[in-house]
Amino acid sequence: MEVIVCVKRVPMVGGRIVLTPDGQRIDTKLLGFTVSPHEECAVEEAVRLVEANGGAVTVLTLGPPEAEEQLRDAVALGASKCVLLETGEREFGPIATAEAIVAAVRERGGYDLLLFGNEAADTGDFQVGIRVAHMLGLPVATGIKSLEVDPGSRRAKARRQYRGAEELFELPLPAVVTVKEGINLPRYPSLPGRIRAKKAAVETSTPVWRDDGLSKRELSLPEVERRHAEVLGQGKEAVPALVSVLESIGLLT
Amino acid sequence: MNEVTPTSAGAVVIGAGIVGNCLTYHLARLGVRDVVLVDKGPMPNPGGSTGHASNFIFPVDYSRMMTELTSDSTAQYKELGVFTESGGIEVARDSEREVEFRRRASTAKAWGIEVEIISPEEVRHLVPYLDSSVILSGLYFPRVGVVDSLRAGTIMRERAQALGGRVQASTEVIGIDVNPATGAVERVRTSAGEIETELVAICCGVWSPRLAEMAGSHIALTPIVHQMISVGPIPLFSGTVGEIEYPIVRDVDTNMYERQHGGDMEVGSYAHRPIIVSPDEIPSNEAASLSPPELPFTSDDFDPQLAQALELMPELLGDESVGIRYAINGLISMTPDGHPVLGELPEVKGLWSVSASWIKEGPGIARAAAEQIVGGISEVDVHEADASRFYPFQLTRQHVRARAREGFNKMYGVVHPVEQWTLEREIRLAPMFPSERELGAFCYQTAGWERPHWYASNAPLLERYGDRVMPRTAEWEARWWSPIINAEHLAMRDACGLVDLTAFVEIDVAGPGALELLQELSVAQLDVANGRVVYTSWLDGAGGFKADLTIMRLAENHFRVVTGGAHGMADKKWLLDHAAAHDGVEVWDLTSSLSTVGLWGPRARDVLASASDDDVSGEGFAFGTCREIEVNGLAVLASRISYVGELGWELYVPIEQGARLWATFLEAGRPHGLVPVGIGVYGTTGRLEKGYRAYGNELTPDYDIVEAGMTRPKVKAQEFVGKDAYLSQREAAPSATLCTLTVDDHRSSTGELRYMLGGEPVLTPDGKRIVDEKGRPAYVTSAGSAPSLGKHVLLAYLPPELAVEGGKLLVEYMSEQFPATVAIAGSRPLFDPENERVRA
Repeated sequence: MEVIVCVKRVPMVGGRIVLTPDGQRIDTKLLGFTVSPHEECAVEEAVRLVEANGGAVTVLTLGPPEAEEQLRDAVALGASKCVLLETGEREFGPIATAEAIVAAVRERGGYDLLLFGNEAADTGDFQVGIRVAHMLGLPVATGIKSLEVDPGSRRAKARRQYRGAEELFELPLPAVVTVKEGINLPRYPSLPGRIRAKKAAVETSTPVWRDDGLSKRELSLPEVERRHAEVLGQGKEAVPALVSVLESIGLLT
Repeated sequence: MNEVTPTSAGAVVIGAGIVGNCLTYHLARLGVRDVVLVDKGPMPNPGGSTGHASNFIFPVDYSRMMTELTSDSTAQYKELGVFTESGGIEVARDSEREVEFRRRASTAKAWGIEVEIISPEEVRHLVPYLDSSVILSGLYFPRVGVVDSLRAGTIMRERAQALGGRVQASTEVIGIDVNPATGAVERVRTSAGEIETELVAICCGVWSPRLAEMAGSHIALTPIVHQMISVGPIPLFSGTVGEIEYPIVRDVDTNMYERQHGGDMEVGSYAHRPIIVSPDEIPSNEAASLSPPELPFTSDDFDPQLAQALELMPELLGDESVGIRYAINGLISMTPDGHPVLGELPEVKGLWSVSASWIKEGPGIARAAAEQIVGGISEVDVHEADASRFYPFQLTRQHVRARAREGFNKMYGVVHPVEQWTLEREIRLAPMFPSERELGAFCYQTAGWERPHWYASNAPLLERYGDRVMPRTAEWEARWWSPIINAEHLAMRDACGLVDLTAFVEIDVAGPGALELLQELSVAQLDVANGRVVYTSWLDGAGGFKADLTIMRLAENHFRVVTGGAHGMADKKWLLDHAAAHDGVEVWDLTSSLSTVGLWGPRARDVLASASDDDVSGEGFAFGTCREIEVNGLAVLASRISYVGELGWELYVPIEQGARLWATFLEAGRPHGLVPVGIGVYGTTGRLEKGYRAYGNELTPDYDIVEAGMTRPKVKAQEFVGKDAYLSQREAAPSATLCTLTVDDHRSSTGELRYMLGGEPVLTPDGKRIVDEKGRPAYVTSAGSAPSLGKHVLLAYLPPELAVEGGKLLVEYMSEQFPATVAIAGSRPLFDPENERVRA
C-alpha cells in the first residue's frame, strides 16, 4: 500500500502574531515551524495504514528549501520517502500548488492513496486536496475523521461528521482524502526515528509557477478582543455570584 | 486594572523567578516588610527560565563560593519540603575524564561533598538502563536531588506576603528612574503605576540587562540556548513513585545529561553550537509559542546528541514506542566568568543585580543578597560574584557574548584551574608589550591585561639551573606552566628581575579629607610621614578581609592606593562608596595613566644606580618609602617595597613612558644579570617562599587578620571599618592559623612526581578531613614551587592543634594522599626568615 501525504511548512505561532514591518509575512525570526494539526493527523493515518497493510509512506511538500525539516519530521514518525518541490521567491497559490503536486504525483505514479490535511494552517484555502483530485480524475472525500482501507478490494471507507450526522463515503482506490484533526492521536517521534530522519534522502525538484489570479497585497492583524477577569468575591460571600454565573452559562439549572 | 499598591516601598524586587521570590522573602524576614515583588507575567509561573529549568542540584566542587551557595540553597529547598534526593552520577567515557574524576573527588572532599568513584558495574546497578560497556567509571554523588523550584518560589512569596510583602503580578516594569543629582534610584515605573523606592533589585535572569539599561547601568550576562528534550512515556518509569527514583546521569564527555522526570526521561545538552540570543529578541509572553525563554527547538543542533544518548541508554531510549514529547531551546544566563552577578551596580546607588543564578544556587544567592542589602555583609563570602567586578570592556555585548560562546561547551568540560580564554585577547596592553612579545612572553589575561607569565627568551636559564627548576612530568601540572618560571625565580634571587606590573590599579585620593577617609578604611596607621608606603588590609564590618593593598602618602593631602587588577574594580567601589560620606575628597582612577615595573633582586640597587643619578643607597632610600627619582631622563615615582622578598622598587611612570623605562632597565641590567621575570614568579613562587598572602586566596571575608597571622603589635587609635570585630578577634584564641606546608614526597602510585595546584584537602595523618571549630575545612589556598628551597609549598589554614611546626599531615590530590609537613605556623617566611634581603 503506497500512500503519499502532502504537508505544508507553516510558522508555529504563539498567542499574538507578529508581522514583518512590510506586512508581507509573519515575522518568523523567533518562531519554529511545523505543519497543521490536520496534516500531523494525515501523516499519522498514513503511517498506521502502512503499518497495518505494508507498503510505504511518501511525504511531499511544496515550499522553500527549509521545508526539508517538515519532511524529516514526518520520516521520524514513520514516513520513508521525501519529496520536496522547492519554490523560490514566488508564493504558490492553491491552483499552482495543486498543479505542482499533480505533476509530481503523475511522474511518480504507483500510489493508492493521497492524503492531505483538510486545510493549511496559514492560508486556510481548503482547496488543494480537492483540486488535485479533480486534476487527477480521482474520487475525493474531505473533512474525514475516520478512514478504513481494504487493500484486498482496493476500497476505502471514509467518515465525517456534519451537523450532528455522520456521512460515510466509499471510495475506490486510488483516491484523495483530506483528514481533520481528531481522526487519530498522532505519535511523537522516537529517538531511532529521529536518527532515521536525519539520514533520509530528499528528492528535490523545481515546480513551475503560474499566476493563480490572486495576489497578496498586505497582511493585517484583526483587532483582538481584550480579555478581562472579574473577581466575583472571596470566600462564602462569593457563592451567590458564582452560582449566577454558572447558571448563566448553563452549567447549573 | 490591577493598579500598583502601595505607591511606595522599602524595596522593589523585579522578577518572580526562583531568585526574586526568595529575595522578597529574605528581605521581608530581615525587616524590609514593605517590599514589593513585580513581574510582567502571571503567578505562579510568570514565564521566565525558572519555569523550564531541569531543577536538579549536583553539589558544586569547582569553586568554594558556588559550593557554599549550592549547599545553602539545598538546605533551604529541604526546609521548604521541595527536595527529592535521587543521587547523581557523572560517567566517564574517556581516560582523561577518569583522571579528572580522581582530581575532583579530592577537591570535593575538601568541601565535605560526599562523592565516590564507582565502577561501570556499580553504575549499572544504580542505573539499570545504562549500558555500562560504553563507560569507564562513574563519579557518584549520593546527595544529588531535584527540587520543585516553582513550588519553592510560591512558598517563599507567600511567606513574604505573610510578613507584609506585596506581590504585583502581570505588571511590566517600563522604567527605573534615577535621581540625576544623587545618582540614586528613586522610582520604578510600571504598566500599572509608579512605585517610589530607594532600592531596586533586578532578578530578571535573561532579561536583567534590559532592566539595568533602563537605569543607565549594565549587567554582564547574555541569554544562551540550552537544548532539552523530554522522552516518554518510559515503560520502566510507570511503576515509580514521585518525580524521580533513578539517579541523574551526567554523560559529561558528550556534554549531556539524562534525568527521570516522572514518566519521562529528560535529555539535556551543552554540546551544541553556542546559540546566543539578545535579551531584546526574547518574545513576549503573548507572542511566545511556549513561554518566552522556551524558544523553538532547532533539531539540527541536537541531532548529533541523539546517537550518543542512544548509545548510553539503548533499550530505554531506543524503544520505538517512546516519543520525544517536548523539545526546547531553553534560555539560560551566562556571564563572562561563569559566576552570578550579585550586588549594587556601580553606576546607580540603590540598584542591585541578583542575576545569572541557576536553580542550584538561587535561594542561597537570594539570602546573601538580602543580607548584603540589609546589613552590608553576607554569611557566605560572595566577593567572586560581586556585580562591581567588571571593567567597562567586560560589560560590552561583544565581550559578554564571546565569553559565553567560548564557555558554553566547557559547561561539563575538563577545565584547568588556570585555563585561559582564547577569544577577546589583547584588550589591554602595557606599553612594553611589543618588547615582551619579542622576548617570547607567554601571557595570562588578568582584568583584560596581557600579563607575561614567563618569557621564552629565558629558556637558556634552564640549563644553568638544571633540576632546581623542579620540572614537572605530569601534563596536568605542566599545562599553563613552564619550568622557565622557576628559572626566572632563581635568576631574580641570584641577580635581578624586571617585572611588568602595569596591570596594577592605582587610585589617587586627594584633598583635605583624604587622610580621614583612608584612615576609616584601613587597619594600618596612615597618618605617616610624607613619602611612606603603608601595607594595609581593608576589612568589612564583621572584620573579614575586604581588600589587601598598599597606600603611598605622596603629600600631606595626597595618597595613592595601589591594588591588584583582578579586584581593582571592587576595591574602587568600596573606596567610592565610603568617599561619598566625606567632604573634601577627590578620587581618581589613574590605572590607565600609569605604567609600573618592579625591579627586584640583590643587584636591583646596582641596576637602578646605573640608570639614575639619585641616591638609591640603603641610607638614601629606605625600605617602605617612596619618592620621585630620575631614571634615564624620566621622572619616576619609586616605591621601595617588595612582594617577592627582595631588595628593590616598584617604579611608576606615565603610561606613554613605560616602554622607555622598561627598555632602560633591560639595557642597564644586562651587566648585572637582570632578566625579565613573569607573573609566575611575582604571583606565586616569589610570594609563596615569603609566605605573602594573596587577596581571594588566603585573605577572604571568611578569615580574619589574627588567623592570617597579620596582626600588628598595636591597634591604631582612630576608628576604622571592622575595628570592633578586629579588637575582639585579637582577644580570642584564633580558630585557625594560616600555615606554610611543604610536601615531603611527590611520588604517586605510578611513580610519577605530582605537584598540587591549589584547592586540595589537607588531611590528618590517618586521612581524615580537618574542619575547624567554625566549620571551615582545611584546604590548600595557594600552591606552587619554592625553587630557592627545592620544595613545593602549600598554604592552608589549620586548626590550632594542628598548626604546629614539624607536624605531619597528608594532602590529597588526584585521589592519592601525599605526606606534608607544617613548615611554618604563622607568617614567618620560609625563605630569608629575617627579611634581610628586603632591607639590604
